Amino acid sequence: MKLELRGITKNFGALVANDHIELAVEPGEIHCLLGENGAGKSTLMNILYGLYQADSGEILLDGVAQHFAGPGDAMRAGIGMVHQHFMLIPVFTVAENVMLGHEQSKAGFLDLSAARAKVREISARFGFHVDPDALIEDLPVGVQQRVEIIKALSRDAKVLVFDEPTAVLTPQETDELMVIMKQLKESGTAIVFITHKLREVREVADRITVMRLGKVVGEAEPTATNAELASLMVGRSVELTVTKSTAVTGEHALVVEGLSVIDAHGQVAVDDVSFEVRAGEILAIAGVQGNGQTELTEALLGIQNRVTGTITLDGKNLRDLPINEILEAGVGFIPEDRQDDALIAEFTIAENLMLDRADGAPFVKGGALQLKYLAEFATEKVREFDVRTQGIGTMVGRLSGGNQQKVVLARELSRDLRLFVAAQPTRGLDVGSIEFVHERIVATRDSGVPVIVVSTELDEVVALADRIAVMYRGKFVGIVPGNTSREVLGLMMAGEVPAGTEVAA
Amino acid sequence: MTAVDTRPAEPGPVDPDQPSASADALLARRSWKSPILFGVFAILLFILLVPFGRGGKAIFDFTSTSQKDAYQIPLLTLDSHLTEIITAIILVLMAAGSAYFAVKRRKMPLWYVIVFTVIVVFGFLVWTSADTGHNLTITSLLVGGLGLSAPLIFGGLGGVISERVGVTNVAIEAQLLFGAFLSAVAASLTQNLFVGIIAAMVAGVLVSFVLGAFSIKYAVNQVIVGIVLNVLVLGLTTFLYEQVLVGNASVLNAPPQLTVINIPLLSEIPIIGPLLFSQTIIVYIMYVAVAAVFIGLYRTRWGLRLRAVGEHPQAADTVGINVARTRFWNVALAGAVAGLGGAFYTIGSVGSFSQDMTNGAGYIALAAVILGRWDPVRVTLAALLFGFAENIGLAAGPMGSAVPNDFLLMLPYLVTIFAVAGVVGRVRGPAAAGRPYIKS
Repeated sequence: MKLELRGITKNFGALVANDHIELAVEPGEIHCLLGENGAGKSTLMNILYGLYQADSGEILLDGVAQHFAGPGDAMRAGIGMVHQHFMLIPVFTVAENVMLGHEQSKAGFLDLSAARAKVREISARFGFHVDPDALIEDLPVGVQQRVEIIKALSRDAKVLVFDEPTAVLTPQETDELMVIMKQLKESGTAIVFITHKLREVREVADRITVMRLGKVVGEAEPTATNAELASLMVGRSVELTVTKSTAVTGEHALVVEGLSVIDAHGQVAVDDVSFEVRAGEILAIAGVQGNGQTELTEALLGIQNRVTGTITLDGKNLRDLPINEILEAGVGFIPEDRQDDALIAEFTIAENLMLDRADGAPFVKGGALQLKYLAEFATEKVREFDVRTQGIGTMVGRLSGGNQQKVVLARELSRDLRLFVAAQPTRGLDVGSIEFVHERIVATRDSGVPVIVVSTELDEVVALADRIAVMYRGKFVGIVPGNTSREVLGLMMAGEVPAGTEVAA
Repeated sequence: MTAVDTRPAEPGPVDPDQPSASADALLARRSWKSPILFGVFAILLFILLVPFGRGGKAIFDFTSTSQKDAYQIPLLTLDSHLTEIITAIILVLMAAGSAYFAVKRRKMPLWYVIVFTVIVVFGFLVWTSADTGHNLTITSLLVGGLGLSAPLIFGGLGGVISERVGVTNVAIEAQLLFGAFLSAVAASLTQNLFVGIIAAMVAGVLVSFVLGAFSIKYAVNQVIVGIVLNVLVLGLTTFLYEQVLVGNASVLNAPPQLTVINIPLLSEIPIIGPLLFSQTIIVYIMYVAVAAVFIGLYRTRWGLRLRAVGEHPQAADTVGINVARTRFWNVALAGAVAGLGGAFYTIGSVGSFSQDMTNGAGYIALAAVILGRWDPVRVTLAALLFGFAENIGLAAGPMGSAVPNDFLLMLPYLVTIFAVAGVVGRVRGPAAAGRPYIKS
């Protein structure tokens, strides 16, 4: 089935999310939609899938104009979608998830055996091993994604949209997904592949359309180089690597021994982890999302309840200290969820900049906020960290993701730090902000502070790390030098250490 | 085609299924909640039964009041003092057993809790009736308990349907009370019980419409809407009762009562017969309703979609299920079920309506929903527990209990607090319950 989008326009208030987008996808073709976060890719696909209504423009399937009032209409027309955040119900089985919305019944009761048969039939066609009776919440994310694909195919999708499908996968799972996409293409499915990862694009794409700020800015051939694609995507030439000198390391500043964390669900999230970070080096913690990185960083900051082991910073035990004393000991922290855990959206930039310093001078004297001092401080930081805003009185919630992250950086780095922990510091940021954040992290390292960077993006890990710890199911698979190859790191992210891997203790 | 294997790779040096020693020690933090709860009950009962034990005889009577059992179970006479001591010892041993479960880090089985509860009740009954000259009429105690449980079960089922579809239903109280009111008035005006039953359901649906409109369409906080509805319906029915019903009681508040239907043969079985098979049509509807909700929820398209909407509305939306519509009509259905429970207060038992006659039963039903973990059968069991606890409180006074009557009337609420806080602890309800689904 041939898909055409003609002149799709969508406004959210003053923001033009999609501006007269034209796109055509042929059957048996993988068409990549490349663009940064906020370029309008997901909005476009949500319009295609009937979740949003376009303000103008039309959707054609095999030349026939379509009108989708909701996802149900889009599915009936043969459009399937593998969502970035899986649209699966965790407490349902695979078969129940696949049948949901087009259930077959026998004498009023659900016909589960028909649904199971369907799952098995599609699994067999693509060589998946998916148990139809497994609960979704028990499955690894890679398998959950396959369930999403089965779900779309069980509805006879002829056009399949993959929305950032590799964000949650290990490199190996990503490779497997590429194989699946090629299989689907051979069977005549039209595929739209949304991503911002250049390597993947060049591997599978037949055609590439690049979007920027809601507009289609050009088409590219799969033979284009990374640098060409990146500059098309960002609108200027970009530096894809981080320039940093060799680390000048000092004493072991942070020593963690036998650290274990039990999460709120009673599961072992971090399992007997030991490591140390020297002053002036960056230890990157790599791994697929959800392998205990979040809990590990939270344990360092003291916001996890059930923790054993020791955390020693400059010879001082941090475990079981109240959070304000941990902050006083000089721990700076960028949480992975910046909007929920780092900032108060309805507070101004100035107020957010003093959030963790409201307990005394110079910001508070005799219980009263020192507004004049705060204004001077905030103005200075906004300038220093290049926060693009109308003024320090702007609500943080109105800033772009990149500018929000700069506010968090400014707050944490303006204290006298002895340890800096950055969890997913560039998630969802534009390329310009990523460059800025990386520069500041390296500068912090060079000022002699031990730095821990947690990232699920291998590119970021490789760019920043002096040493890399790979985390898998709560344990460190190993700690390796910063120049370890991606292939080895990928295997380690799946829990294996290839023979002969150099270990950086 | 290339086969892609999703099975885990051969285990590497990291074995995820074997937590290391330090994590193991951390995981194994014992839960002392249940042993403490059991211990407190065992000690209280021990003090009551042994130092303050009462002598004489406790006489258990298993016959039904209508005296038409196929077989008459003889009276059971026990020596109070001896029985009290044995009961106290068993309770202490069982409390020690619960500590053993905690030390061994094993989960306490459900039957253990049930047996303990039954023995506590038994011991209390023997003590309270000792040497009073009154027989312990077990059958009527159970029948009365079921009667008090029936509205709770209907309310609980309404709560299950509503919360499983994603709308927190605090307004069960309002649905029960309005159901009681409207069924009495409608049945009184028409002198037709069928109309009364329909009116009760309509009343519950009307409350649900308000709850649904505000919480689904306008995304108002569901707990607040529910509480406001409870207060509103209490005020409205009290006003109408005092201003309209009292003056015209013979026309507006004199409904006929549902007659008891005896199921042939079954109703003659001792104890079980009068308890289960000699009831009004509403109780028989209740049996069907529990089974229907249970089967419907897990085995039909209706139930699958309902649960999907309550767990992950966005996922349901992306497979073409209309979330708002599914929620609205199932909340309406929940209101109809709860409203039916309201009819039990009026045409199902005493006939006429009186002010605030549900007296907080809706809140107890809400507790039953949580204690029963949003499962229709467990919720029914929880509602039965609360109903029987209330009836023991009511019945013990007239039996000559030494405990002040007002204290006994606190019993159901004490049981509720202990049950919800102690036995349940933290549970996971429907993931999206209470959260409005707003499409961006």
